[in-house]
Amino acid sequence: MTLALIDYGAGNLRSVENALRTVGAEDICVTADPDVVRAADRIVLPGVGAFAAAATALRAVPGLVDALDERVRRDARPFLGVCVGMQLMASVGEEHGDTAGLGWLSGRVRPLSPAGALKVPHMGWNDVRPLGGSALLEPGEAYFLHGFAYEGDGVLATTDHGGTVTAAVGRETAIGVQFHPEKSQRYGLAFLRRFLDWCP
Amino acid sequence: MTVRIRVIPCLDVAGGRVVKGVNFVDLKDAGDPVEQARAYDAAGADELCFLDIGASHEARGTMVDVVARTAAVCFMPLTVGGGVRSADDARALLLAGADKVAVNSAAVARPELVGDIASRFGSQCVVASVDARAVAPGRWEVFTHGGRRATGIDALDHARRLAALGAGELLVTSMDRDGTRDGYDLALTRAVADAVDVPVVASGGVGSLDHLVAGVVDGGASAVLAASIFHFGEASVGDAHRALRTAGLSTREPA
Repeated sequence: MTLALIDYGAGNLRSVENALRTVGAEDICVTADPDVVRAADRIVLPGVGAFAAAATALRAVPGLVDALDERVRRDARPFLGVCVGMQLMASVGEEHGDTAGLGWLSGRVRPLSPAGALKVPHMGWNDVRPLGGSALLEPGEAYFLHGFAYEGDGVLATTDHGGTVTAAVGRETAIGVQFHPEKSQRYGLAFLRRFLDWCP
Repeated sequence: MTVRIRVIPCLDVAGGRVVKGVNFVDLKDAGDPVEQARAYDAAGADELCFLDIGASHEARGTMVDVVARTAAVCFMPLTVGGGVRSADDARALLLAGADKVAVNSAAVARPELVGDIASRFGSQCVVASVDARAVAPGRWEVFTHGGRRATGIDALDHARRLAALGAGELLVTSMDRDGTRDGYDLALTRAVADAVDVPVVASGGVGSLDHLVAGVVDGGASAVLAASIFHFGEASVGDAHRALRTAGLSTREPA
Protein backbone atom coordinates (compact mmCIF):
# COMPACT_ATOMS: atom_id res chain seq x y z
CA MET A 1 0.00 0.00 0.00
CA THR A 2 1.58 3.27 -1.10
CA LEU A 3 1.05 6.37 0.97
CA ALA A 4 1.89 9.63 -0.77
CA LEU A 5 3.08 12.24 1.70
CA ILE A 6 2.86 15.46 -0.23
CA ASP A 7 6.05 17.54 -0.22
CA TYR A 8 5.24 21.00 -1.46
CA GLY A 9 8.09 22.66 0.40
CA ALA A 10 5.92 23.97 3.20
CA GLY A 11 5.25 21.03 5.43
CA ASN A 12 6.53 19.53 8.64
CA LEU A 13 7.26 16.44 6.65
CA ARG A 14 9.72 14.68 8.82
CA SER A 15 7.51 14.66 11.91
CA VAL A 16 4.50 13.39 10.00
CA GLU A 17 6.58 10.73 8.26
CA ASN A 18 8.11 9.58 11.56
CA ALA A 19 4.68 9.29 13.15
CA LEU A 20 3.16 7.40 10.20
CA ARG A 21 6.06 4.93 10.19
CA THR A 22 5.70 4.43 13.93
CA VAL A 23 2.09 3.34 13.51
CA GLY A 24 2.91 0.92 10.72
CA ALA A 25 2.97 2.74 7.39
CA GLU A 26 5.67 1.07 5.34
CA ASP A 27 5.55 2.30 1.80
CA ILE A 28 5.63 6.06 2.32
CA CYS A 29 6.54 8.11 -0.71
CA VAL A 30 7.48 11.71 0.07
CA THR A 31 6.59 13.33 -3.19
CA ALA A 32 5.19 16.18 -5.24
CA ASP A 33 5.03 14.08 -8.41
CA PRO A 34 1.47 14.09 -9.83
CA ASP A 35 1.97 10.60 -11.30
CA VAL A 36 2.91 9.19 -7.91
CA VAL A 37 -0.12 10.90 -6.37
CA ARG A 38 -2.37 9.39 -9.05
CA ALA A 39 -1.10 5.90 -8.16
CA ALA A 40 -1.17 6.30 -4.38
CA ASP A 41 -3.51 4.27 -2.19
CA ARG A 42 -3.59 6.92 0.50
CA ILE A 43 -2.61 10.59 0.56
CA VAL A 44 -1.47 12.80 3.42
CA LEU A 45 -1.16 16.57 3.01
CA PRO A 46 0.80 18.05 5.91
CA GLY A 47 1.23 21.72 6.47
CA VAL A 48 2.54 24.39 8.71
CA GLY A 49 2.72 28.08 8.05
CA ALA A 50 0.39 30.48 6.34
CA PHE A 51 -2.55 29.48 4.13
CA ALA A 52 -1.57 31.76 1.24
CA ALA A 53 2.03 30.55 1.15
CA ALA A 54 0.91 26.93 1.33
CA ALA A 55 -1.73 27.32 -1.39
CA THR A 56 0.78 29.08 -3.62
CA ALA A 57 3.40 26.39 -3.03
CA LEU A 58 0.88 23.64 -3.84
CA ARG A 59 -0.13 25.33 -7.10
CA ALA A 60 3.49 25.97 -8.02
CA VAL A 61 3.93 22.24 -8.67
CA PRO A 62 2.52 21.65 -12.16
CA GLY A 63 -0.33 19.16 -12.17
CA LEU A 64 -0.30 18.48 -8.44
CA VAL A 65 -3.67 20.01 -7.58
CA ASP A 66 -5.34 18.19 -10.50
CA ALA A 67 -3.75 14.92 -9.41
CA LEU A 68 -5.02 15.39 -5.84
CA ASP A 69 -8.50 16.17 -7.15
CA GLU A 70 -8.55 13.08 -9.35
CA ARG A 71 -7.18 10.66 -6.81
CA VAL A 72 -9.24 11.85 -3.86
CA ARG A 73 -12.49 13.01 -5.42
CA ARG A 74 -12.79 10.84 -8.53
CA ASP A 75 -10.98 7.69 -7.37
CA ALA A 76 -12.15 8.04 -3.73
CA ARG A 77 -8.82 7.25 -2.09
CA PRO A 78 -8.43 8.12 1.59
CA PHE A 79 -6.96 11.56 2.19
CA LEU A 80 -5.76 13.21 5.38
CA GLY A 81 -4.99 16.93 5.65
CA VAL A 82 -3.15 18.15 8.74
CA CYS A 83 -3.33 21.71 10.05
CA VAL A 84 -2.80 23.97 7.03
CA GLY A 85 -3.15 20.80 4.95
CA MET A 86 -6.68 20.55 6.38
CA GLN A 87 -7.36 24.25 5.88
CA LEU A 88 -6.43 23.90 2.20
CA MET A 89 -9.52 21.71 1.73
CA ALA A 90 -11.61 24.90 2.11
CA SER A 91 -12.76 27.17 -0.68
CA VAL A 92 -10.93 30.24 0.60
CA GLY A 93 -8.32 31.22 3.18
CA GLU A 94 -8.09 34.73 4.51
CA GLU A 95 -4.54 34.62 5.86
CA HIS A 96 -2.45 37.24 4.03
CA GLY A 97 -5.38 38.12 1.75
CA ASP A 98 -8.06 35.89 0.21
CA THR A 99 -6.53 32.85 -1.47
CA ALA A 100 -8.38 29.97 -3.08
CA GLY A 101 -7.98 26.55 -1.50
CA LEU A 102 -8.72 23.17 -3.05
CA GLY A 103 -12.44 23.90 -2.69
CA TRP A 104 -13.39 20.43 -1.47
CA LEU A 105 -15.42 21.96 1.33
CA SER A 106 -17.56 25.04 1.13
CA GLY A 107 -16.04 27.22 3.82
CA ARG A 108 -13.51 29.85 4.74
CA VAL A 109 -10.41 29.85 6.90
CA ARG A 110 -10.73 32.94 9.05
CA PRO A 111 -8.65 34.58 11.80
CA LEU A 112 -9.32 33.33 15.31
CA SER A 113 -10.76 36.05 17.49
CA PRO A 114 -11.48 34.46 20.86
CA ALA A 115 -13.67 36.15 23.41
CA GLY A 116 -11.97 37.39 26.54
CA ALA A 117 -8.26 37.52 27.24
CA LEU A 118 -7.39 34.32 25.40
CA LYS A 119 -4.23 34.32 23.35
CA VAL A 120 -3.73 33.83 19.62
CA PRO A 121 -2.23 31.63 18.19
CA HIS A 122 -4.31 28.91 19.80
CA MET A 123 -1.33 26.96 21.03
CA GLY A 124 -1.38 23.85 23.12
CA TRP A 125 -3.43 20.83 24.11
CA ASN A 126 -7.16 21.08 23.85
CA ASP A 127 -10.25 18.91 23.51
CA VAL A 128 -11.25 17.13 20.35
CA ARG A 129 -15.04 16.77 20.49
CA PRO A 130 -16.37 14.62 17.68
CA LEU A 131 -19.81 15.55 16.42
CA GLY A 132 -20.45 12.05 15.09
CA GLY A 133 -20.13 11.20 11.46
CA SER A 134 -16.56 9.92 11.44
CA ALA A 135 -15.30 6.66 12.87
CA LEU A 136 -11.76 8.07 12.81
CA LEU A 137 -12.37 10.67 15.49
CA GLU A 138 -12.49 9.87 19.16
CA PRO A 139 -12.86 12.29 22.04
CA GLY A 140 -9.56 13.24 23.60
CA GLU A 141 -6.84 15.84 23.90
CA ALA A 142 -4.66 16.87 20.99
CA TYR A 143 -2.06 19.52 20.26
CA PHE A 144 -3.22 22.59 18.35
CA LEU A 145 -1.05 25.33 16.89
CA HIS A 146 -2.88 27.80 14.68
CA GLY A 147 -4.08 31.37 14.38
CA PHE A 148 -6.75 30.78 11.72
CA ALA A 149 -9.63 28.35 11.72
CA TYR A 150 -12.10 26.79 9.30
CA GLU A 151 -15.75 27.82 9.26
CA GLY A 152 -18.15 26.12 6.88
CA ASP A 153 -19.58 22.78 5.79
CA GLY A 154 -18.35 19.36 6.78
CA VAL A 155 -17.26 20.01 10.38
CA LEU A 156 -16.66 16.66 12.10
CA ALA A 157 -15.22 17.78 15.43
CA THR A 158 -14.78 20.96 17.39
CA THR A 159 -12.67 22.36 20.19
CA ASP A 160 -13.05 25.47 22.30
CA HIS A 161 -10.91 28.58 22.37
CA GLY A 162 -13.04 31.50 23.44
CA GLY A 163 -15.80 30.01 21.31
CA THR A 164 -16.28 26.92 19.19
CA VAL A 165 -13.38 26.22 16.86
CA THR A 166 -13.26 23.59 14.11
CA ALA A 167 -11.02 20.67 15.03
CA ALA A 168 -11.77 18.32 12.12
CA VAL A 169 -13.57 18.38 8.79
CA GLY A 170 -14.34 15.91 6.07
CA ARG A 171 -16.48 14.50 3.35
CA GLU A 172 -16.54 11.09 1.72
CA THR A 173 -12.97 9.78 1.70
CA ALA A 174 -11.26 12.98 2.82
CA ILE A 175 -10.63 14.02 6.40
CA GLY A 176 -8.76 16.99 7.74
CA VAL A 177 -7.65 17.74 11.28
CA GLN A 178 -6.67 21.14 12.64
CA PHE A 179 -4.65 19.54 15.43
CA HIS A 180 -1.29 17.88 14.91
CA PRO A 181 -1.66 14.11 15.30
CA GLU A 182 2.07 13.74 14.75
CA LYS A 183 2.62 15.84 17.89
CA SER A 184 -0.23 14.52 19.99
CA GLN A 185 1.56 11.57 21.55
CA ARG A 186 -0.69 8.55 22.12
CA TYR A 187 -3.90 10.23 21.02
CA GLY A 188 -2.34 11.37 17.78
CA LEU A 189 -0.63 8.09 16.98
CA ALA A 190 -3.91 6.22 17.60
CA PHE A 191 -5.67 8.58 15.20
CA LEU A 192 -3.03 8.01 12.51
CA ARG A 193 -3.31 4.26 12.98
CA ARG A 194 -7.07 4.49 12.39
CA PHE A 195 -6.43 6.55 9.27
CA LEU A 196 -4.09 3.87 7.93
CA ASP A 197 -6.79 1.25 8.53
CA TRP A 198 -9.57 3.42 7.13
CA CYS A 199 -11.48 1.93 4.21
CA PRO A 200 -14.22 4.46 3.53
CA MET B 1 -12.41 23.34 29.00
CA THR B 2 -10.19 25.58 27.03
CA VAL B 3 -6.59 25.28 25.95
CA ARG B 4 -4.48 23.66 28.66
CA ILE B 5 -1.66 25.28 30.58
CA ARG B 6 1.49 23.76 29.13
CA VAL B 7 4.30 22.31 31.24
CA ILE B 8 7.55 22.49 29.32
CA PRO B 9 10.72 20.83 30.53
CA CYS B 10 13.72 22.61 29.08
CA LEU B 11 16.96 20.88 28.24
CA ASP B 12 19.95 23.17 28.04
CA VAL B 13 22.28 21.63 25.52
CA ALA B 14 25.93 22.34 24.80
CA GLY B 15 28.04 20.26 22.47
CA GLY B 16 25.20 17.78 22.01
CA ARG B 17 24.89 17.02 25.74
CA VAL B 18 22.35 18.20 28.26
CA VAL B 19 23.75 20.58 30.83
CA LYS B 20 22.12 22.78 33.40
CA GLY B 21 23.72 25.97 34.40
CA VAL B 22 23.35 27.98 37.55
CA ASN B 23 23.04 31.47 36.16
CA PHE B 24 24.43 29.95 32.95
CA VAL B 25 27.81 29.21 34.53
CA ASP B 26 29.07 26.04 36.29
CA LEU B 27 27.57 23.58 33.86
CA LYS B 28 26.76 20.13 35.14
CA ASP B 29 26.46 17.26 32.67
CA ALA B 30 23.02 15.75 32.91
CA GLY B 31 23.08 13.39 29.99
CA ASP B 32 21.97 12.61 26.50
CA PRO B 33 19.28 14.91 25.06
CA VAL B 34 17.49 12.22 23.05
CA GLU B 35 17.23 9.87 26.02
CA GLN B 36 15.93 12.66 28.20
CA ALA B 37 13.46 13.72 25.53
CA ARG B 38 12.08 10.17 25.39
CA ALA B 39 11.66 10.14 29.14
CA TYR B 40 9.74 13.41 29.06
CA ASP B 41 7.63 12.21 26.15
CA ALA B 42 6.71 9.10 28.14
CA ALA B 43 6.00 11.25 31.20
CA GLY B 44 3.43 13.30 29.30
CA ALA B 45 5.28 16.61 28.99
CA ASP B 46 3.12 19.03 27.02
CA GLU B 47 6.08 20.26 24.99
CA LEU B 48 9.83 20.02 25.13
CA CYS B 49 12.37 22.78 24.69
CA PHE B 50 16.01 22.40 23.66
CA LEU B 51 18.16 25.45 24.14
CA ASP B 52 21.64 25.31 22.65
CA ILE B 53 23.26 27.50 25.26
CA GLY B 54 26.70 27.22 23.75
CA ALA B 55 25.61 28.39 20.36
CA SER B 56 25.49 32.15 20.57
CA HIS B 57 28.84 32.75 22.24
CA GLU B 58 30.96 29.82 21.17
CA ALA B 59 31.47 28.55 17.68
CA ARG B 60 28.05 27.93 16.15
CA GLY B 61 27.10 24.40 17.10
CA THR B 62 24.40 22.56 15.28
CA MET B 63 21.39 21.06 17.00
CA VAL B 64 20.08 19.63 13.78
CA ASP B 65 21.26 16.09 14.44
CA VAL B 66 19.94 16.05 18.00
CA VAL B 67 16.61 17.40 16.76
CA ALA B 68 16.33 14.83 13.99
CA ARG B 69 17.10 11.94 16.33
CA THR B 70 14.62 13.28 18.87
CA ALA B 71 11.84 13.81 16.34
CA ALA B 72 12.25 10.21 15.19
CA VAL B 73 11.20 8.88 18.58
CA CYS B 74 9.21 11.65 20.29
CA PHE B 75 5.74 12.66 19.14
CA MET B 76 5.44 15.82 21.13
CA PRO B 77 5.92 19.46 20.21
CA LEU B 78 9.55 20.49 20.21
CA THR B 79 10.94 24.02 20.43
CA VAL B 80 14.60 24.55 19.63
CA GLY B 81 16.59 27.67 20.29
CA GLY B 82 20.11 28.95 20.58
CA GLY B 83 22.19 30.42 17.81
CA VAL B 84 19.37 30.84 15.31
CA ARG B 85 20.61 33.74 13.21
CA SER B 86 18.77 33.43 9.92
CA ALA B 87 15.61 32.06 8.35
CA ASP B 88 17.80 29.31 6.89
CA ASP B 89 18.98 28.32 10.37
CA ALA B 90 15.32 28.10 11.34
CA ARG B 91 14.48 26.08 8.24
CA ALA B 92 17.16 23.49 8.99
CA LEU B 93 15.75 22.95 12.47
CA LEU B 94 12.14 22.81 11.26
CA LEU B 95 13.03 20.31 8.53
CA ALA B 96 14.82 18.19 11.09
CA GLY B 97 11.59 17.96 13.09
CA ALA B 98 11.42 21.03 15.33
CA ASP B 99 7.95 22.58 15.55
CA LYS B 100 9.09 25.97 16.74
CA VAL B 101 12.36 27.82 16.76
CA ALA B 102 13.32 30.24 19.48
CA VAL B 103 15.31 33.27 18.43
CA ASN B 104 17.24 35.24 20.99
CA SER B 105 20.39 37.29 20.54
CA ALA B 106 19.95 37.58 16.79
CA ALA B 107 16.48 39.07 17.24
CA VAL B 108 17.89 41.73 19.52
CA ALA B 109 20.44 42.79 16.93
CA ARG B 110 17.97 42.34 14.08
CA PRO B 111 14.33 42.09 15.17
CA GLU B 112 13.19 41.75 11.56
CA LEU B 113 14.60 38.20 11.67
CA VAL B 114 11.38 37.30 13.51
CA GLY B 115 9.38 38.66 10.61
CA ASP B 116 11.57 36.80 8.09
CA ILE B 117 10.96 33.47 9.78
CA ALA B 118 7.25 34.16 10.38
CA SER B 119 6.59 35.07 6.78
CA ARG B 120 8.37 31.97 5.47
CA PHE B 121 7.20 29.39 7.95
CA GLY B 122 4.32 31.01 9.84
CA SER B 123 4.06 32.88 13.12
CA GLN B 124 3.11 29.69 14.91
CA CYS B 125 6.68 28.41 14.63
CA VAL B 126 8.49 31.52 15.88
CA VAL B 127 9.21 31.80 19.57
CA ALA B 128 10.93 35.06 20.41
CA SER B 129 13.01 35.05 23.56
CA VAL B 130 12.99 37.99 25.89
CA ASP B 131 15.90 37.59 28.32
CA ALA B 132 15.68 40.41 30.81
CA ARG B 133 17.06 41.75 34.05
CA ALA B 134 15.34 44.20 36.38
CA VAL B 135 17.05 47.57 36.22
CA ALA B 136 14.56 49.56 38.30
CA PRO B 137 11.22 48.78 39.95
CA GLY B 138 8.83 47.91 37.12
CA ARG B 139 11.53 48.26 34.48
CA TRP B 140 13.48 45.50 32.79
CA GLU B 141 16.21 45.57 30.22
CA VAL B 142 17.02 43.00 27.55
CA PHE B 143 20.29 41.11 28.03
CA THR B 144 21.96 38.85 25.50
CA HIS B 145 24.72 36.26 25.47
CA GLY B 146 23.44 34.18 28.34
CA GLY B 147 22.60 37.22 30.43
CA ARG B 148 26.07 38.74 30.28
CA ARG B 149 25.56 41.61 27.87
CA ALA B 150 23.27 44.57 28.49
CA THR B 151 21.56 46.08 25.47
CA GLY B 152 19.87 49.20 26.81
CA ILE B 153 16.60 47.96 25.25
CA ASP B 154 13.45 48.09 27.37
CA ALA B 155 12.09 44.57 27.72
CA LEU B 156 8.43 45.51 27.29
CA ASP B 157 9.11 47.59 24.19
CA HIS B 158 11.10 44.68 22.79
CA ALA B 159 8.33 42.21 23.60
CA ARG B 160 5.69 44.35 21.86
CA ARG B 161 7.91 44.77 18.84
CA LEU B 162 8.64 41.05 18.51
CA ALA B 163 4.93 40.23 18.72
CA ALA B 164 4.12 42.87 16.14
CA LEU B 165 6.78 41.45 13.81
CA GLY B 166 5.06 38.06 13.90
CA ALA B 167 6.38 36.09 16.86
CA GLY B 168 3.77 33.47 17.74
CA GLU B 169 4.91 33.17 21.32
CA LEU B 170 7.30 34.89 23.72
CA LEU B 171 9.68 33.00 25.99
CA VAL B 172 10.28 35.36 28.88
CA THR B 173 13.32 34.52 31.00
CA SER B 174 14.39 36.46 34.03
CA MET B 175 18.17 36.45 33.95
CA ASP B 176 18.09 37.57 37.59
CA ARG B 177 16.24 34.43 38.59
CA ASP B 178 17.60 31.88 36.16
CA GLY B 179 19.29 29.10 38.10
CA THR B 180 18.42 30.58 41.50
CA ARG B 181 15.38 28.39 42.27
CA ASP B 182 13.71 31.46 43.81
CA GLY B 183 10.80 31.41 41.35
CA TYR B 184 9.94 33.34 38.21
CA ASP B 185 10.12 37.13 38.14
CA LEU B 186 6.33 37.32 38.25
CA ALA B 187 6.13 41.06 37.73
CA LEU B 188 8.17 40.73 34.53
CA THR B 189 6.08 37.79 33.31
CA ARG B 190 2.82 39.61 34.06
CA ALA B 191 3.99 42.85 32.44
CA VAL B 192 4.89 41.05 29.21
CA ALA B 193 1.74 38.88 29.21
CA ASP B 194 -0.39 42.00 29.57
CA ALA B 195 1.54 43.80 26.84
CA VAL B 196 1.05 41.25 24.04
CA ASP B 197 -1.74 39.11 22.58
CA VAL B 198 0.42 36.07 21.91
CA PRO B 199 1.07 33.36 24.52
CA VAL B 200 3.86 33.92 27.03
CA VAL B 201 6.06 31.15 28.43
CA ALA B 202 7.42 31.89 31.90
CA SER B 203 11.04 30.88 32.37
CA GLY B 204 13.91 31.25 34.79
CA GLY B 205 14.15 30.39 38.46
CA VAL B 206 11.74 27.54 39.17
CA GLY B 207 12.58 25.75 42.41
CA SER B 208 9.19 24.33 43.36
CA LEU B 209 5.82 23.39 41.95
CA ASP B 210 4.30 26.46 43.61
CA HIS B 211 6.46 28.57 41.32
CA LEU B 212 4.84 26.97 38.28
CA VAL B 213 1.38 27.76 39.63
CA ALA B 214 2.40 31.35 40.39
CA GLY B 215 3.75 31.76 36.86
CA VAL B 216 0.23 31.22 35.54
CA VAL B 217 -1.93 32.68 38.31
CA ASP B 218 0.20 35.74 39.06
CA GLY B 219 2.39 35.96 35.98
CA GLY B 220 -0.37 35.41 33.42
CA ALA B 221 1.73 32.86 31.51
CA SER B 222 0.15 30.36 29.10
CA ALA B 223 2.96 27.89 29.67
CA VAL B 224 5.56 27.25 32.32
CA LEU B 225 9.09 26.18 31.58
CA ALA B 226 11.46 24.60 34.05
CA ALA B 227 14.64 22.59 33.98
CA SER B 228 16.33 21.38 37.12
CA ILE B 229 13.28 20.44 39.18
CA PHE B 230 12.43 17.92 36.49
CA HIS B 231 15.93 16.82 35.54
CA PHE B 232 16.99 15.83 38.99
CA GLY B 233 13.79 14.01 39.77
CA GLU B 234 12.46 16.38 42.41
CA ALA B 235 9.16 16.61 40.56
CA SER B 236 7.56 14.82 37.65
CA VAL B 237 5.53 16.34 34.87
CA GLY B 238 2.54 14.62 36.47
CA ASP B 239 3.30 16.39 39.76
CA ALA B 240 3.36 19.69 37.89
CA HIS B 241 0.03 18.98 36.22
CA ARG B 242 -1.46 18.00 39.58
CA ALA B 243 -0.23 21.19 41.23
CA LEU B 244 -1.73 23.29 38.46
CA ARG B 245 -5.03 21.42 38.59
CA THR B 246 -5.20 21.77 42.36
CA ALA B 247 -4.92 25.52 41.82
CA GLY B 248 -7.96 25.34 39.53
CA LEU B 249 -6.05 25.58 36.27
CA SER B 250 -6.77 23.54 33.18
CA THR B 251 -4.20 20.86 32.34
CA ARG B 252 -4.16 17.66 30.38
CA GLU B 253 -5.78 14.60 31.85
CA PRO B 254 -3.46 12.27 33.73
CA ALA B 255 -2.03 9.60 31.41
